[in-house]
Amino acid sequence: MQITSPAFKANARGALADPHLQEALGHVRSGFIDKRQKAVDALPEFDALRDSARAIKDHTLAHLDLYLEAYEEKVKAAGGRVHWAETAEDARSLILDICRAAGARTVTKGKSMITEEIGLNEFFEKEGIRPVETDLGEYIIQLRGEHPSHIIAPAVHLTKNQVEADFRRAHHHLPPTRDLSEPASLLSEAREVLRAEYFAADVGITGANFLVAETGSSVIVTNEGNGDLTQILPRVHIVVASIEKIVPTLADTSQILRVLARSATGQDMSVYTTVSTGPRRPEDPDGPEEYHVVLLDNGRSSMLGTEFQDMLRCIRCGACMNHCPVYHAVGGHAYGWVYPGPMGAVLTPSLIGVDKSGHLPNASTFCGRCEAVCPMHIPLPKMMRHWREREFARGLNPATQRYGLKAWAFFARRPRLYRLAASFAIPALSAFGGAQRRFRYLPFAGGWTKHRDLPAPESRTFLQQWRNREADKQEART
Amino acid sequence: MSAREAILNKVRSSLGTAPGEAARAEVVAKRLADAPTGVVPARGQLADKERIALFCGMAEKVSATIDRVEKPADVPEAVSAYLRSRNLPASVRMGADERLREMPWSGVKSLEVKSGRADPEDEVGVSHALAGVAESGTIALHSGVDNPTTVNFLPEHHIVVVEAKDIAGDLETVFSSLRQKFGKGKMPRTLNLITGPSRSADIQQTLLLGAHGPRALHLIVVDGG
Ligand code: SF4
Repeated sequence: MQITSPAFKANARGALADPHLQEALGHVRSGFIDKRQKAVDALPEFDALRDSARAIKDHTLAHLDLYLEAYEEKVKAAGGRVHWAETAEDARSLILDICRAAGARTVTKGKSMITEEIGLNEFFEKEGIRPVETDLGEYIIQLRGEHPSHIIAPAVHLTKNQVEADFRRAHHHLPPTRDLSEPASLLSEAREVLRAEYFAADVGITGANFLVAETGSSVIVTNEGNGDLTQILPRVHIVVASIEKIVPTLADTSQILRVLARSATGQDMSVYTTVSTGPRRPEDPDGPEEYHVVLLDNGRSSMLGTEFQDMLRCIRCGACMNHCPVYHAVGGHAYGWVYPGPMGAVLTPSLIGVDKSGHLPNASTFCGRCEAVCPMHIPLPKMMRHWREREFARGLNPATQRYGLKAWAFFARRPRLYRLAASFAIPALSAFGGAQRRFRYLPFAGGWTKHRDLPAPESRTFLQQWRNREADKQEART
Repeated sequence: MSAREAILNKVRSSLGTAPGEAARAEVVAKRLADAPTGVVPARGQLADKERIALFCGMAEKVSATIDRVEKPADVPEAVSAYLRSRNLPASVRMGADERLREMPWSGVKSLEVKSGRADPEDEVGVSHALAGVAESGTIALHSGVDNPTTVNFLPEHHIVVVEAKDIAGDLETVFSSLRQKFGKGKMPRTLNLITGPSRSADIQQTLLLGAHGPRALHLIVVDGG
């Protein structure tokens, strides 16, 4: 997928002016926040489980090499195969080889952010293989030639009327007079259309929420059941997962499962939690005959041991974006690559480089809601600051010096704007009195894109830095 | 160097360790062997009667329907009553599970019982659960000739028989009973943990039941099982 992260500012401006998008984004604000809160309030152990989940991931990451080896052993013992991929390109060609060996023409896909990350669909199309997304949201955006705008609700940027228009355009074999005015009729139609695809597919591809070292299992967590039909009906099941998905045991998995669905959709458990181990057994009447796992690194191993290691705890629940005022204002596509919202602002520079991700680490009001709701206690604002500091450090290089100076000069001439923007930082949250009220006070539509540029470094205040720079310049001149 | 070695080497160098450090290996081996239990919610830790009631309540909250019968022999009649109440054809698909097979299906007039994996045409599937999980109203099923996985997903209506004595308070208990059944570190091809009928909220965050899996999940709890 084409990276447009450096154009975040322009993307954001476009997003703010798009009435369909603004209508659709209202559903993010109203849909996710209350449901999560209710589910969290109903479980007294929620915070203890968060601590437990964090400890499990920290332990696993500190021993990742050993858990990867243990996991591979178990997959093999169950009759599956593990393929290691250092880069997106390696993963694509490994997947293609498996598909070619299976003689695949059609491949069904369960929802998977990793296959977005490696650009699998575009690659398949070039290679003459037809990928069919089966998650309703993914199916809709595939019809539109778009990419997900949210990691768990890929089509959240669309309204029902837009989906109806897409279905009428794509399903021209169905009577044009049919009633598609309700979401239910759209869902039924997608169900009918996709049923045939599951049976036509030679290969089914899913992601994984967890890879369990104890048993060599992959785990997917879904609500629709498409991920299951994708993996039990075709002859070959390929799991594509990144190396940090490993957890030690099934007992550890249950700890994280308890915070995952609650944080994501406010469910106690998602409808389908499916633990898959190897291919079907000789006596099994159904299930895939081959089971492959493509294990992707793609930059994660270099995040270990750095200030960004904590990001590898992420379980892709989406809570950080559901609670982010910037995401609420501009949606996911403005972030310009696969991962949107606060987790994307941290992960994107790690995976594709801070030079290609432009202003993403600045796409924040530093209100701190993302960290407050993150089930894995990932210090997202702090990591965005780390990126800013790195950008700043790079800004001292002649090549990029001008950008940095321009932004600073802008704020230096507008001290009032600086103070206003600074007041959005973490302590402001309580002063404004909770997310709902705060949202009304923030002058998003007009003013937000201006505030976004603020460097707000943690260690020194802006004015101090500005003075130091001016002093340095004076010194250099004399 | 293989990609495998390259990745493992990068992980080790980032973590600042070398291969074959005995102390680290021991920590990992112990964790995998012991599989320590973490935080288990108090919610499900109840006496039998209350635990079963919690299971039923949680399952209903996620739009499953519940029927409670006294003994296994009552199940075929309960299935038939469900079919009639939903105007469904008198035909069900089920696997070779002995507990199901021993039930008096022939006592229900004109009910067709098809065996084996599910077809796309099947409207109703019947399975026997390995267990229930009270904390979330979840049922656990595993693949095999007894309860083929396609029965869980292809039919529009999924009827699942669960014995009250198999309803556990929490997920961990189900994982350990699985460990007892298959052996430590071994798993069936597929374990399905199912919590309500399939659903989607992908269009405007409107929650709709019946996405790609069953539109309806009907649980028959056998009390005296
Ligand atoms: S960063 Fe935290 S809140 Fe955001 S998706 Fe990851 S786990 Fe969820």
